[in-house]
Amino acid sequence: MSMNNSEWKPKIVAFCCNWCSYAGADLAGSSRLAYPADVKIIRVPCSCRVNPMFILRAFQKGADGVILCGCHPGDCHYSTGNYYARRRMTTLFSMLDFLGVEKNRTHVEWVSAAEGVKFSATMNKFIEQVRELGPNVRLEDIRCKQN
Amino acid sequence: MQRIGVFVCHCGTNIAATVDVKRVAETLLKEPGVVHAEDYQYMCSEAGQKLIGDAIKEKQLTGIVVCSCSPRMHENTFRKAAERYGINPYLVEIANIREQCSWIHKDKEEATEKAIILGRAAVAKVMLNAPLQAGTSPVTKRALVIGGGIAGIQTALDIADAGFEVDIVERTPSIGGRMSQLDKTFPTLDCAACILTPKMVEANAHEKITLFTWSEVEKVGGFVGDFKVDIRKKARYVDMDKCTGCGECQAKCPNKKTPNEFNRGLNNRSAIYTPFAQAIPNVPVIDKNACTYLKTGKCGVCAKICKAGAINYEAQDEIITREYGAIVVATGFDTIKLDKFNEYGYNTNKDVITSLELERLMNAAGPTGGHVVRPSNGEDPKTIVFVQCVGSRDTTCRGKTYCSKICCMYTAKQAMLLKDHYPWLDIHVFYIDVRTPGKNFDEFYRRAVEEYDVDYIKGQVGKVSEAENGRLLVQASDLLDNRQIKMEADLVVLATAIEPNEGVRRIASMLTASIDTNDFLTEAHAKLRPVESPTAGIFLSGVCQGPKDIPETVAQAGAAASKVIGLLSKDHLVTNPCTAKCNQVYCNGCSNCEKVCPYGAISYDEQMVIRFGARETTRVATVNTALCQGCGACTVACPSGAMDLQGFSNRQILAEVDAICR
Amino acid sequence: MQAELIARAKALLADGTVARVLGWRKGDTDFNAEPAVFETAESLDEFVYDGFCGANLSKYMIKNSKLEGKTLVFLKPCDTYSFNQLIKENRINRDNTYIIAVGCYGKLDINKIKAAGNKAILSVAEEGATLKIHTAYGDAEMAREEAVLDRCKVCKGGKHVVYDELASFVDEEKPAAEGRFDEVKKLEAMKPEERFAFWQGELSRCIRCNACRNVCPACSCIKCIFDNNNYDAAQKVNTSSFEEQMFHIIRAWHVAGRCTDCGECSRVCPENIPLHLLNRKFISDINEFYGEFQAGEDTTSRAPLTNFTTDDVEPSIVKERG
Repeated sequence: MSMNNSEWKPKIVAFCCNWCSYAGADLAGSSRLAYPADVKIIRVPCSCRVNPMFILRAFQKGADGVILCGCHPGDCHYSTGNYYARRRMTTLFSMLDFLGVEKNRTHVEWVSAAEGVKFSATMNKFIEQVRELGPNVRLEDIRCKQN
Repeated sequence: MQRIGVFVCHCGTNIAATVDVKRVAETLLKEPGVVHAEDYQYMCSEAGQKLIGDAIKEKQLTGIVVCSCSPRMHENTFRKAAERYGINPYLVEIANIREQCSWIHKDKEEATEKAIILGRAAVAKVMLNAPLQAGTSPVTKRALVIGGGIAGIQTALDIADAGFEVDIVERTPSIGGRMSQLDKTFPTLDCAACILTPKMVEANAHEKITLFTWSEVEKVGGFVGDFKVDIRKKARYVDMDKCTGCGECQAKCPNKKTPNEFNRGLNNRSAIYTPFAQAIPNVPVIDKNACTYLKTGKCGVCAKICKAGAINYEAQDEIITREYGAIVVATGFDTIKLDKFNEYGYNTNKDVITSLELERLMNAAGPTGGHVVRPSNGEDPKTIVFVQCVGSRDTTCRGKTYCSKICCMYTAKQAMLLKDHYPWLDIHVFYIDVRTPGKNFDEFYRRAVEEYDVDYIKGQVGKVSEAENGRLLVQASDLLDNRQIKMEADLVVLATAIEPNEGVRRIASMLTASIDTNDFLTEAHAKLRPVESPTAGIFLSGVCQGPKDIPETVAQAGAAASKVIGLLSKDHLVTNPCTAKCNQVYCNGCSNCEKVCPYGAISYDEQMVIRFGARETTRVATVNTALCQGCGACTVACPSGAMDLQGFSNRQILAEVDAICR
Repeated sequence: MQAELIARAKALLADGTVARVLGWRKGDTDFNAEPAVFETAESLDEFVYDGFCGANLSKYMIKNSKLEGKTLVFLKPCDTYSFNQLIKENRINRDNTYIIAVGCYGKLDINKIKAAGNKAILSVAEEGATLKIHTAYGDAEMAREEAVLDRCKVCKGGKHVVYDELASFVDEEKPAAEGRFDEVKKLEAMKPEERFAFWQGELSRCIRCNACRNVCPACSCIKCIFDNNNYDAAQKVNTSSFEEQMFHIIRAWHVAGRCTDCGECSRVCPENIPLHLLNRKFISDINEFYGEFQAGEDTTSRAPLTNFTTDDVEPSIVKERG
């Protein structure tokens, strides 16, 4: 836990697929469904565009949590993209856990273009989870043992 | 050296009320590479676009960031503006500071900070944007309409009249849809058959329209301009070319025990049947689950009496593949199942019926020849109770949260028609609200109340049970008089909520068209693109998009048709240049990308590559940009980073990540 | 054993079946044989095959199978999986390869022999289950089982999945050893902070010599992504860079679903970092989530991460399983 947890604001990177989740985020916006400003969205064409390297990069550069949102399985704009994303993220998140990075710092949620409410609720919940964990220091220090 | 211009939009007060737009512009001007930053009230307006154009000229901009609404809204607008003012449209990036910032945050300081970070990410990305050239792909000049109700028929007719081929795929044996089941239509009370059947005939006769009835869409591949669709033509067991439609087989079929779907189960039909007398095509189908011959091999009456020799028990389903440039979904609706509404006794009492069943009872071609009787005993009713909003506007999980939109009007219609035929009838309507927004709609409803003396009671029916005398006992509350009502009735009509037809989710999945939690197909933009799906080349017609009445359906059908005509009248479509690209120098030839590509857009062959100063002939990947839709699955499957996605490159996304986490 | 292989190699060279031989020769000591290409019968006198020939030769076939004429390669059972995987990825020309499958009793780790108290070792003779160790201070004996590489303790078994001919001393029936995932399970049972401390301790020792990458048959990219300036991942000079910190994680990710678990990465690591545990974690997860999969078992099946089923587990499984 950080020393000044009341001041601390988590950095959250959200990757959203253009067709479902980014549109869901837009709908959350036009419906004025608030969630904290800590979330910054990066638009990708499909959840399958998200390279695990992007997630590692975010953590390495100081992100406290990374969330990936895509179309519901079966509803991918590109038919099968989110199925690949699902396998990739499942194995990657398990690896991060294996390395000792708290598993509540990573999340995948399927949000359709019509689910503005779900988008907002998902972000609120995820931020709460990350706030409980405090600042992320582990991954950027994984090769920096102080002797 | 990049020269980036940043343009911050106030969007009236939509953004400016919550985000300090001036500070956003000033701060972003300090970013490396940014040489120009300004804010303006409406960046998407002509004056706003001109500001961008002026800056492009004066400052020789090499990239543009617009901090505004969602790119799903105006990315195209600003790309076109950039192109008009002389720079490549793909050198534009949008920072979404409205939907994903000003509209969801209240604290101005916080929102401004976030807007700056989003702007910074867009600047970081645009620094790495490359000018892209859109290619073209040919258009197959034929449209597919899924569903042969009034929506599908109207869409098909409008497209066909413009000179393009249209196929209609209808899963029942005949086109016509829900409208063919109706008696008369509001607010003019003309008969549904009189206005629908000519259109059915016209669709059948139109040289540009091909009907595939008793058929279903099996598989959809391809993309806008070039869809490939497998259609399953279900075995009809009756040869369409030989059958004369004499109807003898239906009359003689000894197996008449199947509930008649068209009459909503109010009577039975034969195993070989056409749904209704005016069916198009007028060729029956054999219900293989009912036919004695198909089940046991014994009977064969229809084959024996058919003079045309049209019966073929050996028929098999057939799959045909057709190409289309555009697809229109017109799959329509059904009434919801009432299993969860036991209080109305629909499943236990024959005299409790849905309004669609009443339509069949009122219809001259219906099971009773248009004579409205109590289904339990065939007697004339004296008192009829209508219950509104059965499963509509229902916030419990039993029904639907939305308003089904058509019930108030058809109930007024049914009440008036009944009063016309049977003036002695006592008619009560229990409602929550009466909603009549539509041309001549409220006048219509008032006639029911004022001229026809229909008794409208604001209140919900709590219970319908059988009285000892065999009539129905209706218990309800009158909210205006604040009293409990108990009345006897002979017939209770439930204005049952409507929902998208079963199977629409499967169709939406095949089309990769998005669908909402109620299974209505989602439009590309709720206001500005109401007949288009977000998936290019997929259009929406009728109730599959949301509840609507016949005039609205026909209007939307025409709108969808005009969109399709606009598409099919092009010889080529401009393709999305944000496609995958293989840097063959780094390609290992491993085929991982090829395996995950959903479009078969990646191929491998031996090519000559100059690799680190040496020529070599080696196996490398090539992307067919006409097929690639730009999902990016391949880029992650590629271990060496040879495969990248233009417009969303690895470097661009990493730069965004870095800018956000800075 | 060695003499038989030399004789076969000479015969195949002589009758023109192969143009060269890929095998092992003595390294800078007797205890670290190294891969070598032999093009003449005379040079084959330097050919070595003994307990110290741990090196997996399959990766060298990427280059050799592109040369004119066939190359003879000797593959141990576990090496054949790597070979198959490379065929699947179109990296090796099978038609240009002649494989002699060689038997293996578990390869030896000289450090383990030293750790048992043997100094100034002059030679190690393998006699069945026993090692006869000749040192400057006298002779000693040691059970072979105690001196084998860690990876050989969880041997995949004696089966060769691809070959043209079998040497006389192979045992195709040799069963796989138990407990391949025990070390992974041990780590999984720890608390997250303990796991982090473990990996921080291990990975902080890395000197980025790239030996793991160079030896790995799955890490066979023409140009590693970390050396590819188009990717913005290569930042050699900056010690706190993305590459420096994430190298092993990304490397493990890139070989996930493709790694055959040959264990070369850990064998060659000068800092003795148990890198194979990262790969084995991916393998163990893939087996658990998507069904048993052994990379390289065949040349046609789709790798788990370039495949899917519509009812795959959701990523939340990672949280749910505790």
